[in-house]
Amino acid sequence: MTEFLISANKPLRRRHASETRFKWMGRIAIAASLGFLVVMLVSILTLGIGAFSRTEIALAVDLGDGDASSKKIVRNALFTSFPEVTSRAERRQLLRLPSADASRELDRQLAENPDLAGQVATLWFTASDDIDQLIKGAIDTDKPQDQRRISDQELAWVTQLQDLGQIRKVFNTGFFTSGDSREPELAGILSALMGSILSLTVCFVLSFPLGIMAAIYLEEFAKKGRWSDFIEVNINNLAAVPSIVFGLLGLSIFLGYFGMPRSSPLVGGLVLALMTLPTIIIAGRSALRGVPPSIREAALGMGATQVQTTLHHVLPLALPGMLTGAIVGMARALGETAPLLMIGMVAFIVDIPTKITDAATSLPVQIFLWADSPERAFLEKTSAAIIVLITLLVAMNLVAIILRKKFERRF
Amino acid sequence: MGRDDEFGKTAMLAKLTLITLAAMSGAAAAQERISIVGSSTVFPFATTVAEHFGKNTNFATPVVESTGSGGGLRLFCAGVGADTPDIANASRRIKASEVATCAENGVTEITEVKIGYDGIVLANARQATPFDLSLRDIFLALAANVPDGNGGTMPNPYDTWDQINPDLPSIAIEVMGPPPTSGTRDAFAELAMEGGCRTFDWIADLKSTDKPAYKALCHTLREDGAYIEAGENDNLIVQKLVANPDALGIFGFSFLEQNSDVVQGASIDGVAPTFDDISAGDYPVSRSLYFYVKNAHVGQVPGIEAYLAEFTDEDTWGEYGYLTDKGLIPMDEEEAARYAEDAASLVPLSL
Repeated sequence: MTEFLISANKPLRRRHASETRFKWMGRIAIAASLGFLVVMLVSILTLGIGAFSRTEIALAVDLGDGDASSKKIVRNALFTSFPEVTSRAERRQLLRLPSADASRELDRQLAENPDLAGQVATLWFTASDDIDQLIKGAIDTDKPQDQRRISDQELAWVTQLQDLGQIRKVFNTGFFTSGDSREPELAGILSALMGSILSLTVCFVLSFPLGIMAAIYLEEFAKKGRWSDFIEVNINNLAAVPSIVFGLLGLSIFLGYFGMPRSSPLVGGLVLALMTLPTIIIAGRSALRGVPPSIREAALGMGATQVQTTLHHVLPLALPGMLTGAIVGMARALGETAPLLMIGMVAFIVDIPTKITDAATSLPVQIFLWADSPERAFLEKTSAAIIVLITLLVAMNLVAIILRKKFERRF
Repeated sequence: MGRDDEFGKTAMLAKLTLITLAAMSGAAAAQERISIVGSSTVFPFATTVAEHFGKNTNFATPVVESTGSGGGLRLFCAGVGADTPDIANASRRIKASEVATCAENGVTEITEVKIGYDGIVLANARQATPFDLSLRDIFLALAANVPDGNGGTMPNPYDTWDQINPDLPSIAIEVMGPPPTSGTRDAFAELAMEGGCRTFDWIADLKSTDKPAYKALCHTLREDGAYIEAGENDNLIVQKLVANPDALGIFGFSFLEQNSDVVQGASIDGVAPTFDDISAGDYPVSRSLYFYVKNAHVGQVPGIEAYLAEFTDEDTWGEYGYLTDKGLIPMDEEEAARYAEDAASLVPLSL
């Protein structure tokens, strides 16, 4: 008897131990994935935070001569600030302190403030990317001169300007208000952001109504049988098709057959819609299935038709779930690059697209293009663009959660 | 009551959808901006010019796509009309077969514009010893098959650099470079590999007797792990070099220039990859970059002539132009002037 108890106790202890082990393994798995997430977020944040600020240089520009071109005015301002620089090679270097766009910045400031004309005014100009990186501490000045992008001469000029208080760091509004540029200090994300917004709008406008209609018909009206099974299997398969295949489809059908404009959000949105449609249908059907049959039975029992039952009673209850599915599908579409590759949206776009037939690119493509650029200053732009993309994704998912929490009814 | 509200919302949504669709279905207008496709090597230069062009003129900024040289020329040659590109960039010269495809599809008049040169560098990390290689060293290190000394070939037996040339360090051969789809890889095979291959007399003779065998021997890179395909992203190769000081990487000169604090270029046949030596033609592994203009589109798409003028301007592609800041190696003045003139008068290409 006692022997039996002892022998039974031992496995019990072992069983408890294995349970504890299992719990710990689960905790470790969660901790590891959280750890990866934190490492990723921290590294992107530390790399990308720099792109949200921008270095500016103050120059005393002489606006007395109304005929001088703005390029010349900026040039003269630099030469008078550093009168000791006379050789041609050094002057060329000096001209590279402010960004290549300095003359246009001058024009802009003059247009905003016409009173400046005729005076000597101290105005702020965006610094070139190398100076910007230097101020942000991304360039190691301890290394010998030929191993860094900034020469000793430039370093001396920057120190001089810093001592005179002619260098400052400001919030980089240009990053959110301008399009792409080959100059890192001028490059902004707005053209890509607009491209993404336009494509997603087209995608939503097309795939949501279609997806909902398909889901309602399949779930509420279609007769269950071989055909509906066949369609269901196909929809599930479609959801698993790699996105590049949809890009090829878009290339041959929308561009090739219908002759729609290349690189446009219209085609991008159509392709993304094809890709999201199965996701929306599947989410829609499961939302409809979640509505208890008693609701339908009650409505039908009160004499409502099938359409009335569905539209007045079932659909409003299922809609939050459907919307959530749609938003999650959209979030996936937002991060897609592969299908856009085939339809010409991997492109350098400066002008902000305003309509769906304009040439455009998208946020993930912009990240890819910046990551591929030789200029070192694009590194922080890449990370900053990733931050914007992640923020958008989180926001979309939040909206999905809020919608669900707010409108969902449990039975 | 709640139900009615929610149904109202649904109806609202449906209405909104319809309105948005209606607002968006503006007809596709005629092409209003220049469309450029092609090489990822020329991409940084073409985009810089496009941006300047957009800012300095009243024309819309051209759209520049990075499709690779071959892909770009295929799109370019697909036909004439608003849905085909106006300009194709290429990091190699257009092939006769591509000109033929173009002609078949009605693209008969093409203007060729040479932009300048691009050096292909072999680089390693700053903290490692700089390499001094000959073209023959490069060929022997990276070819799939090498001469066995008895007039035949054998699979590449070399594991370390000093087995090839006693002056080289005794570290394992490990070279990271672009995949076969890349124009940089084509140019590297043609200039560096073939250049080293030709230094064996019997192989040079092979060219006239058995050209396919010659090409197969000279252009085939080894696949036993010494040559690592590191993808098209040159920044990635630079980062990998920093992490692994024993490795060499193959990429364009502009990436060397931008990352001169972390990587250094190997001298090839005694010439270091510097701006001056590449532009003088002394550095052996440099190639020409081109773009091709569809003459039929000039006058149809606004701004093509102005774009050509911007590109071929001294301030753009000249020795002190803004493209040299981006890593372009300019042509000498005489050659540049000739191409600028051809571009201005749209002289059609004849191979």
